[in-house]
Amino acid sequence: MIETEGLTKFYGPLAAIRDVSFQVQKGEVVGFLGPNGAGKSTTMRILTCYMPPTTGAARIDGLDCFEQSLQVRRKVGYLPENVPLYVDLTVSRFLRFAAGAKGVESKEHLREVQRVIAVCGLEKVAHRIIGHLSKGYKQRVGLAQALLGNPSVLILDEPTIGLDPTQIIEIRRLIQDLREKHTVLLSSHILPEVAQICQRVMIINKGQIIATDSPENLTHQLQKSAQIVLEVASRGSELAASLRSLDGVQSVSAGDDGGNRLLVETDRSHELRPVLARLVVEQGMDLLELKVRDLSLEDIFMQLVTEETAEGAQEESES
Amino acid sequence: MKGFSPVYRKELYSLFASPVFYVVAFTFLVISGYFFYTAVAFFNFQSFEASQNPMLAKQMNVSDMIIRPFLMDMSIVLLLISPLLTMRLYAEERKTGTIELLLTYPISDTATILAKFLAAATALAVILIGTFPGILLLATFSQPSWETILCGYLGIFLLGSAFLSLGVFTSSVTQNQIIAAVLSFGALLMFWVIGWTKNLVGPAAGNLVDYLSIIKHFDSFAKGVLDSRDFIYYLLFMLLCLFLTLRQMESYRWRG
Repeated sequence: MIETEGLTKFYGPLAAIRDVSFQVQKGEVVGFLGPNGAGKSTTMRILTCYMPPTTGAARIDGLDCFEQSLQVRRKVGYLPENVPLYVDLTVSRFLRFAAGAKGVESKEHLREVQRVIAVCGLEKVAHRIIGHLSKGYKQRVGLAQALLGNPSVLILDEPTIGLDPTQIIEIRRLIQDLREKHTVLLSSHILPEVAQICQRVMIINKGQIIATDSPENLTHQLQKSAQIVLEVASRGSELAASLRSLDGVQSVSAGDDGGNRLLVETDRSHELRPVLARLVVEQGMDLLELKVRDLSLEDIFMQLVTEETAEGAQEESES
Repeated sequence: MKGFSPVYRKELYSLFASPVFYVVAFTFLVISGYFFYTAVAFFNFQSFEASQNPMLAKQMNVSDMIIRPFLMDMSIVLLLISPLLTMRLYAEERKTGTIELLLTYPISDTATILAKFLAAATALAVILIGTFPGILLLATFSQPSWETILCGYLGIFLLGSAFLSLGVFTSSVTQNQIIAAVLSFGALLMFWVIGWTKNLVGPAAGNLVDYLSIIKHFDSFAKGVLDSRDFIYYLLFMLLCLFLTLRQMESYRWRG
């Protein structure tokens, strides 16, 4: 559905993205994850035909974003970053304009506008001037205009930024409802959010995609060592000492509550939980908790981004 | 031209909903009303003198002594106000970022530019219609030639539209409305006075600058002469400006 090949964009001498290639299948919800300035918006702007790439190609539904721009634009609903809106129009007037501009049949205008107003919960503010609305409502108006004309692809640039927690949950729920009918590509720098909404995550840093997979797989693959949390009722430091001598344990660090909660870092190849449990019991201690700690997406992200930076620094110093 | 009419309607709405239009229209109508009054008053004054002077009486002519000076005066006021009608068209969209919506909707750049330009031209037409009551008053007390009046108004509409087309272009090069207005005003003034050098630059270049002068072509309209050369000049002027805008928008896309 969405397809890019070797997408590169230079702003003057500065490369915003470099050789970005990915594919999004029909009906997928894909998250674009990366720190600010990583090239998320640039990629999205190329996909929505706002600007052409310097080199490479982007296709939506088999149509080239540069050569067949108008046809592509008809298939894409776009929520730009910071949600630019015509602030001097009322919500319904703006949506009627957008419906016309997006080529919705004029007979269908009213029905289509009413549909997106209902989907985005804008009934109460339909006749208010956009400039007077709160940030959350503006965001919803932005989403509503993207949904007009029922485009098969939705590209949402930071759809939840600047919203309060309740609004974020509402928008998330909205996006989850959309996945049945649309292919969604959304960007964010908030990790748990992406993990919740998306089936697949692409992590982009400094203009390059550094990882792409489902949130679970990413966590799984990138975990070079397994971390096991172990909590006993007492004598934690004593246990820590004996744990260190175990085969396959890389390190043991004590948690903050008096040394009874331990974080054991182990080799992935060994399943150490039974061994640990037995050891604790043999030593006559009370085992309170024993579990594998999954790396959160946040950890992975930090790991990837910092690894990259370290490698980059190394390369630079070598050359 | 799909997408033309929604953009056109939206631009019209934004124009007529903004106070800028009303301030501009008010100023224009007050000043041109004053010019109209002085032209008529001067004509009256001359008429009294003509009643004692048969030679002068033969030269008294409403078209030449009221309509034409009035149109020429209006053209100067138009020069001052038309940059204000066009300055926001693209500059505001660039400033607020809504240009990103406009450029990602399935509308061709040509349709957008035409819609914006014609919306401004519509506003101009509304302002010009505002001067009709004076003309109607004139027609009840004298017998002006309607052909001259229509020709003159066609001329001033074309002249004003040419001003607006240049304003559309300058609005597309910046995100600052004041810069857009100043650039457009400066360029228009240059086109206005460029003909002044026609006797200084030699015969060939003299003809060229004379042809380029934006106000020279209006003169024949004001006299009531409909000359295809002048008509074509204004059309070409508008086409060139709108074409430049199209290229500018394309370049804007590439620069991102």
